[in-house]
Amino acid sequence: MSSRVEILNDGGYRSDGRRQYELRDIDIDLSQQGTADGCCTITHGLTQVLVTVFGPKEAKMRSQTLHDRAVINVEMNVLPFSTGERRRRARADRRILELAATIKSTFEPVVQTTLYPRSQIDIFVQVLQQDGGLLHACINATTLALISAGIPMTDFVCAVSGGVHSTSPLLDLTTLEENDLPHMTVAVMPRTGKVTLVALETRLHVDRFADIFRLAGDAGQALHKEMKRAVKSRATRLVGAMETGMKPPMGGADAFERDVVMEDKMSF
Amino acid sequence: MISFASFPVPSQNETQGMTRHHPDVEDDIDMDEGFEEGFHRLTSPGEPLTSSQAFMRGHGTYIDNDEVISSVAGTVERVNKLISVRAVRSRYNPEVGDLVVGRITEVQPRRWKVDANSRQDAVLMLSSVNLPGGVQRRKLESDELQMRTFFEEGDLLVAEVQAFFADGAMSLHTRSLRYGKLRNGQLVTVPPALIRRLKSHFLSLPCGVDLILGLNGYIWASKHVKQSEQEGEEAFDAEAVYSNKNDDIDDATRLAISRVSNIIRILAAHFIPLTDTLLLDAYEWAVEQEGDVKDLLQADIGDAMIATIAARD
Repeated sequence: MSSRVEILNDGGYRSDGRRQYELRDIDIDLSQQGTADGCCTITHGLTQVLVTVFGPKEAKMRSQTLHDRAVINVEMNVLPFSTGERRRRARADRRILELAATIKSTFEPVVQTTLYPRSQIDIFVQVLQQDGGLLHACINATTLALISAGIPMTDFVCAVSGGVHSTSPLLDLTTLEENDLPHMTVAVMPRTGKVTLVALETRLHVDRFADIFRLAGDAGQALHKEMKRAVKSRATRLVGAMETGMKPPMGGADAFERDVVMEDKMSF
Repeated sequence: MISFASFPVPSQNETQGMTRHHPDVEDDIDMDEGFEEGFHRLTSPGEPLTSSQAFMRGHGTYIDNDEVISSVAGTVERVNKLISVRAVRSRYNPEVGDLVVGRITEVQPRRWKVDANSRQDAVLMLSSVNLPGGVQRRKLESDELQMRTFFEEGDLLVAEVQAFFADGAMSLHTRSLRYGKLRNGQLVTVPPALIRRLKSHFLSLPCGVDLILGLNGYIWASKHVKQSEQEGEEAFDAEAVYSNKNDDIDDATRLAISRVSNIIRILAAHFIPLTDTLLLDAYEWAVEQEGDVKDLLQADIGDAMIATIAARD
């Protein structure tokens, strides 16, 4: 741990002023984007991810069609201006492909794909800004985008990253901390507490693993409340909007004849 | 492609109005919602609804550990012992008899594939379309060879859901003179939830615009065709039915069509279900404004329109 930045100071504060177990500010935006069936922008601290979901729709790749369930297709794009130094990554960058594959395998057990045989669900992940916790932001945003697309899932998937500084575990690392500390990402399903993903790319002492794992599980529950609140408030607004516009259609009794008579009697 | 943020960033007072409770007491406050019939209760995936011993699970739910659990975010619906959850937004779920507007995506042996905003492309069999030369005519091999003269890739059509295949794909038919190829107009796409089942999905507005409200959320706004000019049963005119050419549309009609389309787009962006009264109110308002048709799509004008027509209730 020979970094010039003090990861955790004596007062128990991290470089950005957070406590050990404190998460960064989360902002969830579920508003409609273009023609997507579901979309979500999550801003988690300085990490910002936009996920759009299209589908379930007709599978365009015949060879990959499954006759008993839907295929999940994840495409990820890291925008060149998302990091500190501007860098254009190739679409087929190994690291990006791996992240996309991770997201896909995280959601395969959760999405009820068997309800949509021969279909395809497209998930497009756009990374707009990154400052640590990229994978967990992507997973959380994908969960919410899938929910807003009305795709049946057994539960939310709430992911959070955790690391350890000497012996003290930290949650939700920034890039600065990720560069210096061993860290992992855990995705939990809050209702059952089941874990759909544990990603560990650095070496972590086995004694510390259990601590972080348990902490990340708890943090997942906290995130779940926040995500659920966002979903509920969006649903309330949409249902409310649908009810405000409700007026009984005009001409109750003579409406029956409409299919025969094209000239409708509709006065202003 | 013009797109809207369907709900702009909530203003400050709205977020302030949202009460937040301490995490320890939050659950108790959420719990006091009842389960009465006809009462809208919102739920989200993974939320237990009730015991599976006493209730049956419907769409949008699954059973785990003797509990009926919601799998989508939406409103809980209960019919006697059947609990189901209707998602707020989802793709179109077809039912037999529904009127849909679709677009041909593929021509296959003896069938067309039609994109109808559903989970799979719909199928339109050659045997379920009206062919030139009378309704009773037999299908010949030559018909199979010239399928593209009837419908080509990219053609829009209005049809009815006839049946389902084993895998849930829907089969369409156009065996009515009201169904068939679409021309003289413009397609508008809205979320399928915004189209209610009506007595008739063929509307004809007094401004000279015909609307076909497909239950799949595809809406066709076109020039008004007089009843007398519509093809009769005897004079089934194949030339006219499968024609790819638009009729002459005068400027006033073009303006009316785009005005109606823009109004539909605004209503959809505000997630308001389409009704004929609402459309007419909005059209009247739009004409009164005397602005350019394209100005309707500006956020402030759209909001003003919604505010006005909502106040007319």
